[in-house]
Amino acid sequence: MALDRSDVEHLAHLARIGLKEAEIPAYADKLSSIMGLIDRMQAVDTSGVQPLAHPLETTQRLRADVVTEDNQRDALQAIAPATEQGLYLVPRVIE
Amino acid sequence: MHEKTLAELSAALHSKAISSVELTEHYLARIQQLDGAINSFITVTPELALEQARAADARLADGSASPLTGIPLAHKDLFCTRGVRTSCGSKMLDNFVAPYESTVTQRFIDAGAVTLGKTNMDEFAMGSSNESSFYGPVRNPWNQELIPGGSSGGSAAAVAARLCAAATGTDTGGSIRQPSGFTGLTGLKPTYGRVSRWGMIAYASSLDQAGPMARTAEDCALLLQAMAGFDERDSTSVEHPVPDYSAELNQPLQGLRVGLPKEYFGEGLDAGIANTIDQAVKQLQALGAEIREVSLPNAELAIPAYYVIASAEASSNLSRFDGVRYGYRCENPTDLMDLYLRSREEGFGAEVKRRIMVGTYALSAGYYDAYYLQAQKIRRLIKNDFLAAFEQVDVILSPTSPIPAFRIGEKIDDPVSLYLTDIYTITANLAGVPGVALPAGFADDLPVGMQLLGPYFSEPRLLNVAHQYQQATDWHTRAPL
Repeated sequence: MALDRSDVEHLAHLARIGLKEAEIPAYADKLSSIMGLIDRMQAVDTSGVQPLAHPLETTQRLRADVVTEDNQRDALQAIAPATEQGLYLVPRVIE
Repeated sequence: MHEKTLAELSAALHSKAISSVELTEHYLARIQQLDGAINSFITVTPELALEQARAADARLADGSASPLTGIPLAHKDLFCTRGVRTSCGSKMLDNFVAPYESTVTQRFIDAGAVTLGKTNMDEFAMGSSNESSFYGPVRNPWNQELIPGGSSGGSAAAVAARLCAAATGTDTGGSIRQPSGFTGLTGLKPTYGRVSRWGMIAYASSLDQAGPMARTAEDCALLLQAMAGFDERDSTSVEHPVPDYSAELNQPLQGLRVGLPKEYFGEGLDAGIANTIDQAVKQLQALGAEIREVSLPNAELAIPAYYVIASAEASSNLSRFDGVRYGYRCENPTDLMDLYLRSREEGFGAEVKRRIMVGTYALSAGYYDAYYLQAQKIRRLIKNDFLAAFEQVDVILSPTSPIPAFRIGEKIDDPVSLYLTDIYTITANLAGVPGVALPAGFADDLPVGMQLLGPYFSEPRLLNVAHQYQQATDWHTRAPL
């Protein structure tokens, strides 16, 4: 599966990664070679094979719906790029 | 004193022949003296280390010490350490001081171990050469022109250069075993779910597993004892009793059935490595092992399936790095989309971006069945290969890598050629089985790693085989400097 310029631009946008115009050909080239490696698995007939998500096939544990963690807002916001009055600041979204 | 193994240092601390403060000062001096060239540490924590060492000496004096009390360790810089920068080798987290402690590092704190610092690694553990780190490549102490392997390359180089008694690593596709092989160490990837992932910065959650990197199997047993166990904070942690990992080390190997997968000894295997592994097999035979050929018929599908599963999970896990709550934020964002795009453009390195984009592709609408689901089905086939092989043998033996450590920069422009070097290690992560890497000799003056894989929860047996081999050989005692 070869990826072209528009594929790379689309993927980068979906992944919210900015790319410089000049970098796109190199990404297209390397991503195409990675997808070429990955496509080797398309040759295998896996009809009837159950997908494996957890090696030991355990299921998700459930717990009681009770609060178990203390409020750590101050500690967690101390490492944020920008906060004010307990809120995270981002550029204006609503004019 | 840095020539002693962890077990020997533990005995010396308990007999009061040395103090933890003396030992810690010794390692800190070695780091200062030697690590400028090797670059194995991202952050050194001398004040924390000496404070922990003084507390350890008090525990050694009052009789409340464990075997790890006072032992200076280094931790891969993806374990969150409260109050200490936890960078994951990335510019994205260069300013991230973890607000909480990972389960693994908390267990070492509880055991009284000393933290010398945080080790260098491939960015977000994505790499096999430790060249993708924001903090620069790590150099192999055996030959500083060469890579130490990755992604736990800093931990490997630090232990090999005797800058710490042992270190932690994590292994998603071979990131403990391959660098252990390239630097002459013993490193263990436990069964998936055996060690808590809580507080480990996630790369591929269904594959990631933490483990010890040390000089000997005996040392790995002591370290795993502290690391292993159920943790309710990790949703994939397994409730399974923790055995005494040192109890079976001295069992003889008489009757041990060792399988050599024919798929792992064919094309692409370096001749010097093949000869070295052949000698190691003969040594195990001399110790009483029976050698049989086994087959892992789907092994060649492991790398394609791995790069789908790991990239897909990475693209999801790394979506949390948005420039809003912690980590890197670009300067002067014009709007919210610009903030996301540029924070991630500037904060992530090229290999991380590639894997996020591959994972995004595999998970995008219309492609899920062809990629993620197909990879999970192949994962089942690979697990079934192991289940069939372990009907016939107790352990599976192979090299850790088909090629020796290569020159820094040699493969940096060809990611696929680098991916293919993980051919022997990746299957164990997909199947979730444990594996140990240990030094098996030298080829062209570089250490050659041997890998032993076993059934689920066979860590005691793997450590037993490795320990018995190390009683009969001295490769693990060789030091690079």
